[in-house]
Amino acid sequence: MSLDQNLRPQLAPGCRLGENQGLKVLLMPERALRLSGPSLEIVTRCDGKHSIAQLVSELQKLYSKAQPKKVEDDILGYLQLLHDQRALDFAP
Amino acid sequence: MTGPSPNPLALIAELTHRCPLHCVYCSNPAELTARADELRTETWFRVFREAATLGVMQLDLTGGEPLTRTDLCSMIEAARAANLYVNLITSGLPLDERRLDELVAAGLDHFQLSFQGAREESANEICSTKAHAQKLRVLEWLKSRRVGVTLNFVLHRKNLDQLDEMLAIAENSCASRVEFAHVQYYGWAFANREQLLPTRDQLAQSLEFFKRAQERLLGKIRIEYVVPDYYAKFPKPCMGGWGRKVMLITPSGYAMPCHAAGVIPGLQFENVQEKSLREIWESSEAFQKFRGEDWMQEPCKSCDRRAQDFGGCRCQALMLTGSAASTDPVCSLSPNRSKIDAILAAIPESPQIAEPFPASWLYRRNSA
Repeated sequence: MSLDQNLRPQLAPGCRLGENQGLKVLLMPERALRLSGPSLEIVTRCDGKHSIAQLVSELQKLYSKAQPKKVEDDILGYLQLLHDQRALDFAP
Repeated sequence: MTGPSPNPLALIAELTHRCPLHCVYCSNPAELTARADELRTETWFRVFREAATLGVMQLDLTGGEPLTRTDLCSMIEAARAANLYVNLITSGLPLDERRLDELVAAGLDHFQLSFQGAREESANEICSTKAHAQKLRVLEWLKSRRVGVTLNFVLHRKNLDQLDEMLAIAENSCASRVEFAHVQYYGWAFANREQLLPTRDQLAQSLEFFKRAQERLLGKIRIEYVVPDYYAKFPKPCMGGWGRKVMLITPSGYAMPCHAAGVIPGLQFENVQEKSLREIWESSEAFQKFRGEDWMQEPCKSCDRRAQDFGGCRCQALMLTGSAASTDPVCSLSPNRSKIDAILAAIPESPQIAEPFPASWLYRRNSA
């Protein structure tokens, strides 16, 4: 993964958090992604304020029983996936 | 006949049949709803609330041209208040910058702008209206507004040589998503099919083009490509399965499982002015008719793919085989596949793009 840790992920225009039948979802053009657990923790922090480094650090504390390196890799992989689906922009 | 009905995920609201464009592949029925018979604003508000309660997440505001409804902004506000994600599917006219600001302020999530091509003259010929230049203006206005943008290019034999130029329009815009979708042969497109079907060579070249474009633009623009199903080996999972994910409401309030379902003889459609969305979704005859698998005949009935493509499209089966319950004839396993092959065999080898457009297009003759 070659994501700069200072970048600040932000949901792209046309993408926002929503709720459906009591569950959190990421709403996007023509699709929706159910969010729960770690995916919800990540997406709620994609607010253009948290840097990737901060996001990783907060989730490492939240999931302190998991290996920190594994948490980081999972987050970077998920951010890249959302970015490639055009659900996420990375602000400098 | 039934089985438990899943929740619908999307509601397609055809707000009106009025439209300044008259596309040769228009999917609206030949018999259009008059303005006086269109559902009232308050009825749509109720439909949106009922849809959200049923589990719908995505609302497509379409038509006709939804911008011709002067109450569009209040519809967007009501849909957002009901917790729906709001898509506007539009030709981009009639629209000015002030109204665009109002739509965005009302809470519009996603602006889906249709294109008939990349070149002004041929694009305008397809829709019989001077629309192309206005679409390019709308694209410029969108750059300074915060709203999701998808461009939708409708492809066919006469504009498949413009893919480079279409992609250039997309790359110069703020769109994060572009759909390149071949015409599907229903409604007016069925009438004009012989002039719209691409050649096999054109199709192969376009597949190669989009593969390269998707690789090059990964992370910048999400490109989706929909091929004409006549060339496919297996049918499309039409609407994600009959009465399974999508509900469509016509301008006068009839609830249908898809745009074209009106072609199927004997199907009775309920109206949202008389029944709730839940009653219609769960127990109306039209939504039950081809839901699940009980209606299937062979080869669908015992096919391993029946939970993937749901037997394909019921309307296409009706139009080409005379029976809505038969296997979609585009399926290579269908006993009627030879009908599709005969249609493809009749396509001229040369796409004849360079020729002037034929004067023989069949157009809608509405008074707009």
